[in-house]
Amino acid sequence: MSESPEIFTSPHVLEFPYSRSTGPVIGSFLTALRDGVLIGIKGTGGKVIFPPTEYDPDTAEETSGIVNVGPGAVVTSWGWVNQPLKQHPLQHPFAWALIQPDGADTAMLHVVDAGSESAMATGMRVTAIFRPADERIGAMADLIAFVPEEAK
Amino acid sequence: MSDQTYVTSDPRGSITQLATPSRLEYFFTAGTSLSKNLRGYQRGQFIGQRCPVCSKVYVPSRGSCPVDGVALTEEVELKNTGTVTTFCVVNVPFAGQSIKIPYIAGQILLDGANLSFMGLIQECELEEVRMGMRVEAVWVDKEDLVPSLASVKYFRPTGEPDAAYETYQEYL
Repeated sequence: MSESPEIFTSPHVLEFPYSRSTGPVIGSFLTALRDGVLIGIKGTGGKVIFPPTEYDPDTAEETSGIVNVGPGAVVTSWGWVNQPLKQHPLQHPFAWALIQPDGADTAMLHVVDAGSESAMATGMRVTAIFRPADERIGAMADLIAFVPEEAK
Repeated sequence: MSDQTYVTSDPRGSITQLATPSRLEYFFTAGTSLSKNLRGYQRGQFIGQRCPVCSKVYVPSRGSCPVDGVALTEEVELKNTGTVTTFCVVNVPFAGQSIKIPYIAGQILLDGANLSFMGLIQECELEEVRMGMRVEAVWVDKEDLVPSLASVKYFRPTGEPDAAYETYQEYL
């Protein structure tokens, strides 16, 4: 506790160690990430939903049929982060982007590590970069980022 | 039959649980009234404030009377003794527990105060603790005093006769 002449101020930390059950589909997605693989799932009319969901968000019908997608992908929208915060996945400037892997019909929010804002463009080709196999645990952070395809 | 499962050859099997810790870091600013109360703990004193309208003494004080809506200016030092208004024997272990179970968490109404606060009750068998029991604060050693309620190690019975129910019935 720091002491000022009059008023006390103190840093506080509030932390809850939640864990949740993933269900079959999110569990599959995370298991595939641990294998270094991106998967989607087929929704109504064969549309491939990525990341996979248990139900098609448009029709509420149950999805069925795991499909491998990526690792190549297209950036459909993005925003540049000049000054990353401590809790951000990268500690140097990067882009949050909606990323649609090859073979998928929907996009997911993830990170593009492009080096500079001028390297970013809607429609640009990117590819997934995973952590080394022995460091992957079946979590979103197993997928470090997407990088411009030519940079790989 | 729907097929929603990805099959892995990884010997660890499929992921079924996901750790999603939630963490909030922030600064708490005590304000002038609570800072006076906290400074009191550093001196081994309970410091409260009296309302100029209803004369109630709040310890700890937030600087205003919730009944009359006026600022509190008069500082009051309270005695070391009080009454257990109500209590709970804690038998259930939980994450982050710092006290060995079973223990007694009591609401303590200090003599002269009109607000109770939670305190640990020790030097007392679990089955002896009761509403109206008279207690006194046991402070940490002088060199260990800090500006927080951690300066009060616990409350222990004084051995006096129990307080009459009427003296604390409004503070339950």
